[in-house]
Amino acid sequence: MIRVQTEAFDVNAEIERLRAANPRIGAIACFIGVVRDLNEGIAVGSMTLEHYPGMTERALEGIVEQARRRWDLYDVLVTHRIGELQPTDPIVLVIVTSAHRGEAFAACEFVMDYLKTEAPFWKKEATPEGARWVDARESDSAARARWDDSEGQS
Amino acid sequence: MKVTVLYFAALRERVGRAREECELPADVDTVDALRAWLVTRGEPWAGAFASTRHVRAAVDQAMARGDVRLHDEAEVAFFPPVTGG
Repeated sequence: MIRVQTEAFDVNAEIERLRAANPRIGAIACFIGVVRDLNEGIAVGSMTLEHYPGMTERALEGIVEQARRRWDLYDVLVTHRIGELQPTDPIVLVIVTSAHRGEAFAACEFVMDYLKTEAPFWKKEATPEGARWVDARESDSAARARWDDSEGQS
Repeated sequence: MKVTVLYFAALRERVGRAREECELPADVDTVDALRAWLVTRGEPWAGAFASTRHVRAAVDQAMARGDVRLHDEAEVAFFPPVTGG
C-alpha cells in the first residue's frame, strides 16, 4: 500500500492492522525516517517536501513490486509525507511483513534505498542563512547500487 | 509535436514556472534534444539548466535517459536528483 500525505502517521495502528489481518506473519520490519535539526553542520528550522504527483505513486509502486519479486513478503506499506515538517517529525514509514525476519529486514532496506534515489521527492530546508534545497548524497546512490549485484535471497 | 514540460524543486524556481506547453520543431524528438532546445530559448531556461547539477528527466512519469524518444502529447519533467526519505 502506498500513501503520500501531509498528515502524520500512526505507526502502532499500522503495525496492528497488518499483524491482526494475517496470522501467518512471523516478522515485521519497520523503518521510520525523521527530520533532523542539523544537516551538514547547519541548523535546520523546518523542511518542506515537494513531490511529483502521479509519478511519485508510480515510482513507489514499482519499488514495492521489485521487492515482492525478490523476497517472499506478505505486506509492504510505504507512507511518505509532503508539505512542511519540523525537526523530530517523522517523514517516511516503511513496514514489511513476512514469515521470517530475513526477508522483512532485507526488503525494508531495499525499499528505502530505492526510494531515496528513485522516488521524486525534494527537500528544501529553512536555515538561519536562508532556505536551501538539499543536495542528493553519493552515499545514497552507493546504497542503491549494492542491490544490483546481489540476488536478494540470502 | 506538442509536449507538456514540467519543472520541479530548484529547477522550477529557476525557470520561474512549474509547467509549460511546447510546440517542438521536427528535429527535437528526444529528452536531450528537448533540453538543448529549451536552453537555446535563452533565459530563464539557459541559466536554470546551467546552474542545476545533474538534471534528471522523466517521460510520462517514468525516469528517462537522454536518448528516450518523445511523442506527441508526452509529459516531460526535468528536476534535480531526488532527495526524499
